[in-house]
Amino acid sequence: MRALTDPILKVQNLTMRFGGLVAVNDLTFTAGRGDITALIGPNGAGKTTVFNCITGFYKPTTGRMALRHGSIDIDAHVERLTDTPNDHVTNAEGSLYLLERMPDFHVSARAKVARTFQNIRLFSGMTVLENLMVAQHNPLMVASNWTIGGLLGFAGFRKREKAAIETAKYWLEKTKLIDRADDPAGDLPYGDQRRLEIARAMCTEPVLLCLDEPAAGLNPRESLELNALLRSIRDDHGTSLLLIEHDMSVVMEISDHVVVLDYGTKISDGTPEQVKSDPKVIAAYLGAEDEAEVEQIEAEVGL
Amino acid sequence: MMMEAPAREPVNFVGLLKDAVFAAAIAFGLFSLMLGLKTDQTLNNQMVLVPRPGLLFTVVGLVFVGRFLIGYWQAINAGKIKKRKAAATPLALKIEKYGTAAFVGFLFVYPMMVLGTAGPSGAIKWIDNFGIQILIYIMLGWGLNIVVGLAGLLDLGYVAFYAVGAYSYALLATSEPVKEFMAGAIGPTFWPLWAFWICLPVAGILAAFWGVLLGFPVLRLRGDYLAIVTLAFGEIIRLVLINWVEFSGGYAGISSIPRPSFFGVPFNATESGFAATFGLEFTPIYRTIFLFYVILILALITAVVSTRLRRLPVGRAWEALREDEIACRSLGINTVNTKLTAFAIGAMFGGFAGAFFAARQGFISPESFVFLESAQILAIVVLGGMGSLLGVVIASILLVGGVELLRELDFLKAYFGDNFDPAQYRMLIFGACMVLMMLWKPRGLISVREPSVFLKEKKAVSSDLVKEGHG
Repeated sequence: MRALTDPILKVQNLTMRFGGLVAVNDLTFTAGRGDITALIGPNGAGKTTVFNCITGFYKPTTGRMALRHGSIDIDAHVERLTDTPNDHVTNAEGSLYLLERMPDFHVSARAKVARTFQNIRLFSGMTVLENLMVAQHNPLMVASNWTIGGLLGFAGFRKREKAAIETAKYWLEKTKLIDRADDPAGDLPYGDQRRLEIARAMCTEPVLLCLDEPAAGLNPRESLELNALLRSIRDDHGTSLLLIEHDMSVVMEISDHVVVLDYGTKISDGTPEQVKSDPKVIAAYLGAEDEAEVEQIEAEVGL
Repeated sequence: MMMEAPAREPVNFVGLLKDAVFAAAIAFGLFSLMLGLKTDQTLNNQMVLVPRPGLLFTVVGLVFVGRFLIGYWQAINAGKIKKRKAAATPLALKIEKYGTAAFVGFLFVYPMMVLGTAGPSGAIKWIDNFGIQILIYIMLGWGLNIVVGLAGLLDLGYVAFYAVGAYSYALLATSEPVKEFMAGAIGPTFWPLWAFWICLPVAGILAAFWGVLLGFPVLRLRGDYLAIVTLAFGEIIRLVLINWVEFSGGYAGISSIPRPSFFGVPFNATESGFAATFGLEFTPIYRTIFLFYVILILALITAVVSTRLRRLPVGRAWEALREDEIACRSLGINTVNTKLTAFAIGAMFGGFAGAFFAARQGFISPESFVFLESAQILAIVVLGGMGSLLGVVIASILLVGGVELLRELDFLKAYFGDNFDPAQYRMLIFGACMVLMMLWKPRGLISVREPSVFLKEKKAVSSDLVKEGHG
């Protein structure tokens, strides 16, 4: 499994407490490079909290989240990096980032982890194209010499902006939104807004894309299209995916690796087939205490 | 099956009447003492109450009829489904584009037009009270528009930066050590003549610095909390100027501030003055016309810079910040820096306007920088439509020019008696205008957003979708 041999993200002993409530309890898992890793679990299991920790929106109570670019050896460097006050280390093979030490916008800008939100967060009063341009803020800011060059109309900025529009066009075509490029994002139907959010996240050129329930509210046809889009993101762009999903048709269809959470604790970890047949997972979803009870419930509902 | 068009619900006249009677009753309660009775003095110095039933019942009757008509209007419009105009709004963008160009052209010939029609002595009032005064507010409105309209940060203390700019210029220009140093280094006439042109950028930079200084503590605040802190900041600056007498002169203010020169040529009656240099007859109108063009150029610079900034990544980040701050952070945008640049650039234009104000008046005191000024600038931005440059122009003309026009309505004295001063009613009219605006166009006069970039066709974004920002 790539999660073991070629990890991109290594989460170790992640705990997040809100006062007395332990939302995530000592969670350890890895996401493989080029894998689609699904994080599933019943409502309130702490999945979104894990996402918020990874993307820097929450500072975890304890725990370490190491993300690597390139082929740097995580195990060889992570302990040494932890002992320094730095949040990343770079050598000839690549870079290693400690996400728990970075503010949220650095997680996106430097560590290249992009995310989408469970309740869509688009810039609704801006057009679809503008949404994708905002996503390319940091390279454009450099190209505009932190506004001064752009204000004076230097050619370098205009060139870079054209390139940014081309990138946006590429993703608009990929998500079939090209015809609506000049419409306000708030005017799009729900399914289009979901895809636009993914396109916007991809415009930041992430190495890891975190999707919070991308299929929520989609009809079966749209779910199928979403599967194809996610696969293409993984295969054509080498972006690893981490997704939270309730729609099992999506999870079982496209995931390479599934991690199951219940009450903030990991209860299962493996391929979709392994997880599907794990009695603990079935118990968590059906709300039973042990295997005997699960069989009883299964018999009752006629499985 | 065909869908029948839904029949409009019959208007509930009984309900409307009840509503109107209720409003009239409230008006009666409110006005019975305020308008219905008047204290007067008799010849024996006795105070007597004069009942004014006619006035009272006229007002109550007006409230009754007004409330009934508003209710009726709302009732007949309630059934209509408001269609969101998705593609039909390029007209609004065209109006904005050509309207602005035509207006700027008009402004450049305005002093000449007035001079031609009113003559040199009559023109001063029209160029100074209308032209310059309105242009100062247009510039302030455009500056505040960056903070409130684009970045969505509600700033109730904008006048503080105006004050910083004005005092920066006034203090530097009248400072004895600076004057002596310049006299020793370059020549005795240098500083009084060139002070304005040297201090103008300094005033802008100092105001921007204070903008950042205000920005830091309020970064974590949103909405009402941000508004309160900025309001307090404005008051703090004013109170410091009042109480730190050695520094700012307190209530007495600073007087004999050097006036701007025509790039080294003073506007006076001497032989080296402007009129003599260009072979003209001396009148004070030349200085006024020159000041008009100075503020016009300053305002246009503000407009050009803020239009360009909107199309740059920083401007897009401001607007994105107004729409959704969390999404901004998830895209790697440093929201702290983005907010601070909005505060700093907005404040800088306020500082330029302040320096100009001090130079034009020749005298400043803290009285000129009260909260009401902040409120008026904010009203101009909100009334104009947040983010719209042309909207700010129209709102400034209405609010500033309209109030000035009230002073001109002397003929009304023929109807209302010699004691009638229309200018005293300006606050009443101001309030009524705001109420009407909020009923008719709650998002301001020009309430469509122009996209900063487009692929095939520039479509205006309806204000229903544009957020106001979290603070």
